[in-house]
Amino acid sequence: MTPHLSITDQPIDVAAALAAVQTETAGAVNSFIGTVRNQSGGRPVRRLHYESYDSMALTQLGHVVAQAYEKWPMLQEVAVVHRKGTLALGDVAVVVAVATPHRAESFAACQYIIDTLKQVVTIWKREEYEDGTEWVAAHP
Amino acid sequence: MSLKIALFGITREIVGTSVIELPAPAPATVGALLDELRKQYPALGELRSCAVAVNNEYASNDQALHTVDAIALIPPVAGG
Repeated sequence: MTPHLSITDQPIDVAAALAAVQTETAGAVNSFIGTVRNQSGGRPVRRLHYESYDSMALTQLGHVVAQAYEKWPMLQEVAVVHRKGTLALGDVAVVVAVATPHRAESFAACQYIIDTLKQVVTIWKREEYEDGTEWVAAHP
Repeated sequence: MSLKIALFGITREIVGTSVIELPAPAPATVGALLDELRKQYPALGELRSCAVAVNNEYASNDQALHTVDAIALIPPVAGG
């Protein structure tokens, strides 16, 4: 039940993340796949750059997953893989996969992990546009 | 006593380097460090938020800082 957590500068293998959580004790595998969108607030995006403070990101991700295990004690397996570096449109930026005995908890736990990841995990996103770049969410 | 502070994302661009070393503020706390950094780099004060991490955990303003601590400035995160 040790979660599979990683931050990588290589393309994410979605099938491997799903396979990592599959277990005979779970009847449900739920996943969230975040991909690079071609616009942000109506402004065309060319590509993205993710920067990570790896040691803290993994520590905080561990806390998030531990909270999910507390909230849903039936949670079996969890995998979270986040990409860093330069990503093209359509690339997979993040995968969250969870396995639970029944489906209701799998949706809830998966959503909790991705929502909380976005609030606390130390990864930053710089969007590149036709005419410049911007650190997402940096300014009010 | 001096402190090394790791910088990421927009804070690295504002300060212009990925690590800075500063004499420890008096008192040597997270809050005093943030005050000192905002004085030296006013653009840090324009961010939506700027937290301090100590040894991979978010730190409160009254937390004490030591030379051996891994200290980092944490601008608004945007993973996912």
